[in-house]
Amino acid sequence: MSTSGLRLGRPALVLIGLTFLTLISIALFMTLGAKGSWSFVLSFRGKKLLGLILVAYAVAVSTVLFQTVTNNRILTPSIMGFDALYVLIKTAIVFFLGVGALTAIDSQLQFVVEVLVMVAFSGLLFRWLFLGEERSLHLLVLVGIIFGVLFRSLSQLMQRMLDPGAFNVLQDTMFASFATTDPTLLGISCVIMLAVSAVGLRIMHTYDVLSLGRAQAINLGVDYKRMVVIILSLVAVLVSVSTALVGPVTFFGLLVATLAHSLIGQSQHRYVLPAAVLLGIIALVGGQTLLERVFAFDTALSIIIEFLGGIVFIALVMRRSAR
Amino acid sequence: MIVTSNVTKNYGASCVVDGVSLKLPQGGITSIIGPNGAGKSTLLSMVSRLMAMDKGTVTVGGLDVTTAPSDELARRMSILRQDNHMTARLTVRDLVSFGRYPYSKGRLTVADKAHIDRAIDYLDLGDLSGRFLDELSGGQRQRAFVAMVLAQDTDYVLLDEPLNNLDMRHAMGMMKLMRQAANELGKTIVLVLHDINFASWYSDHIVAMKHGKVAAQGSASEMIRPDVLSGIYEMDIKVHEIGGQLISVYYG
Repeated sequence: MSTSGLRLGRPALVLIGLTFLTLISIALFMTLGAKGSWSFVLSFRGKKLLGLILVAYAVAVSTVLFQTVTNNRILTPSIMGFDALYVLIKTAIVFFLGVGALTAIDSQLQFVVEVLVMVAFSGLLFRWLFLGEERSLHLLVLVGIIFGVLFRSLSQLMQRMLDPGAFNVLQDTMFASFATTDPTLLGISCVIMLAVSAVGLRIMHTYDVLSLGRAQAINLGVDYKRMVVIILSLVAVLVSVSTALVGPVTFFGLLVATLAHSLIGQSQHRYVLPAAVLLGIIALVGGQTLLERVFAFDTALSIIIEFLGGIVFIALVMRRSAR
Repeated sequence: MIVTSNVTKNYGASCVVDGVSLKLPQGGITSIIGPNGAGKSTLLSMVSRLMAMDKGTVTVGGLDVTTAPSDELARRMSILRQDNHMTARLTVRDLVSFGRYPYSKGRLTVADKAHIDRAIDYLDLGDLSGRFLDELSGGQRQRAFVAMVLAQDTDYVLLDEPLNNLDMRHAMGMMKLMRQAANELGKTIVLVLHDINFASWYSDHIVAMKHGKVAAQGSASEMIRPDVLSGIYEMDIKVHEIGGQLISVYYG
């Protein structure tokens, strides 16, 4: 679909620039302020790096695909309550099965079960919203906020009724922290990500068509219902992975997806998806390096990212209502 | 041939399309006319599988639209609606290229590119092909979407109010183009139209709807008559013959 060299140039240039920045962030993250044995530093930081990259990938891809399938640029899985649902599922498992049952089974197996439950429930909850006629954005925002509050309140209720030991097990999943990714889940997360990516790549050609809206997608012969179900399932899996690794982050996805779209300047997913992933890695890895090594803060990155993302969200809503 | 039998759609208690059974002839232009809220667009949405029907069946060229595979239908029938809200940011050429998706699934062949060029030329969009859709006027956007439908190259083309947003010159150009596509390429074109004079001038067959039902149907000379039109629109409509064409007058 080339028309002129200039127009093809912009997405490619943006991607090259972002790749460069990503590599710099990673190099600095791995080396800055390293003391003592290199083999220890590299493997210790390498695990953290892998965790951050997985989270950036999961959040960026899930947000872009969710926005494509819902045909809007404001809603994200986290705004619609996906990660709150994951926290609720995790809490409910601890609450009903008890922490003894949890420590008895393998943590990776437990994670897989949580992801499966998450896919099933998010499927039930969100399918009806997005399968039928296109719904108004206001309705969707409202439903998302209500779902989010409901899921969070239910989790909190159960957490209050837990004994302190069981509560302790849960605590990591409840607050976003990019400094402490859960290392036990890295291996299984990588496997899940590869599986999701394999499925996602096979249906890659439908993403651009879906971004034309429901009517055009059906007109062009996309099996709309099937694609929406598949993509929402992929989104549910990705959100589970990122929430399990670092906890819920509300506006990070919106931040990288919005930036990716505006930097690339057009909507083809073969440009927007990698741009969003690279931006996510730069924000997490670069931001974490900056805060940890330069400013010597420890846990502030999630606050800063949420702050910026929140401003983007408000700006998008204001711009829409101004029209 | 498009056959609908007993097609029904309810919104809550109100019946928007009420047991419509129609046989739309193969080839040529069929216009669906009628007052606001008569169910014209809803019927077209159900024929084109964008909306599920509560009762009834629709077949397009022998394919049942509720059971046939969507991609097979996409090579036989195309639909363009009035509102084309989308978040994607695309150039005109990108949009028209999507018309080839049912054939190429995103990998354009040389033949696909020829179709795209032809569609762009047909709608006189050559100068605009590199522009983004959000930089165009409403009429230019409309033409870009019609070019996409032409690139889709289906036997059946359904258009919901294609003259919206178009000035007189482009409205006439659009209808001439439809006439040409019907005559030269043997396409079956179904339009929802509000301008009954365009319907009179260009249609082979006219279907009038009212309160969710087919009120009348026939050729232009059978339909464009004061008694028929006045009954459908519940207003006084006079018909004059000017230069061999039946022209309705209803302005005061």
